[in-house]
Amino acid sequence: MRPWTPLAHREWRKGQLMSEGPERKVGIIACSGEELAEGTVSRLAALRVLDSLRPHDTVTLCLPLFLAGGPDDRTFARHHPTITVDGCDLRCAARATEMYSKKPVHSLVVSELVAEERLRKPEGRRQLNEAGRQAVELTAERLAALVDTVISKETHVSDGARVAGASARRKKGGDSCSCRSGSAV
Amino acid sequence: MSKDQGRVVVVPCSGIGKPSGSVSREAAYELCESLRPQNTELVALSKLVLGDAATHETVARTPCVAIDGCQQMCASKMVKKSGGTVIHAVAVLDAFRRHRELKAEGIAELNDAGRKLARVMAEELVETVDALGSSGVAKGATHV
Repeated sequence: MRPWTPLAHREWRKGQLMSEGPERKVGIIACSGEELAEGTVSRLAALRVLDSLRPHDTVTLCLPLFLAGGPDDRTFARHHPTITVDGCDLRCAARATEMYSKKPVHSLVVSELVAEERLRKPEGRRQLNEAGRQAVELTAERLAALVDTVISKETHVSDGARVAGASARRKKGGDSCSCRSGSAV
Repeated sequence: MSKDQGRVVVVPCSGIGKPSGSVSREAAYELCESLRPQNTELVALSKLVLGDAATHETVARTPCVAIDGCQQMCASKMVKKSGGTVIHAVAVLDAFRRHRELKAEGIAELNDAGRKLARVMAEELVETVDALGSSGVAKGATHV
């Protein structure tokens, strides 16, 4: 995983500019399920990533806009690699994103994360309890790490395309990137 | 008398990009948890987007109140798309126009004005819930 730092971000932006490609941000789509505390966790974790942890690398779309919005909204996941955050195993955000736009590159389920980390069950869909607040932090951290992974891969792909072109002129073959993205270096 | 008679489904906006989305959600919680917990059922918009069969059925057989956060009116649209009847639709922007002193700010955590606006909206919706409870019949769609 590539940790986010201001320097890393500047390097990423430089890579974007040098590749002359459009700026690609990671789309975060939360289920925001109002019926469950885990839905509140999904929403607050997404907001934490969008506002504080990775504000320059992420954008969001309200899930209902896939149906209630226009064609631009439905192509959201084609323009942005998306990560979905669902509260429960119904996985509304992940399934609806795939159904109406494009398959998300990663999907998180809060109830699964809570079980995996053996946290207490979040309670209080309107006002989260301490376990719920812990779940927000945990989910936001996982989400930010996944954003880094996606951006790292995207950067390597665009860098790799340029470097691979130059490398191919010098020699055939070569090593693959240490991030295991499969990009030639 | 069926178990759903006199009950109302409440569908708030699930927006996370604007304070008005948070106001709509808070108004729904205020109505369903504090003011009329016996007569209301909160339904998550995401289930309607997914097309969850059980949720569609609930929405189709129960009168619905939609609380919209922005001009996209996702809650109202999704109830109708799901085969439901919106007996009362309210929009946060319209409520704010009537209560200019209550300017909502904050998304993850609403300011006091936002919470008060949500409370006002919920109190206005109580009339609809109570009217339905006493008559048991939806009188038709309205939009305030």
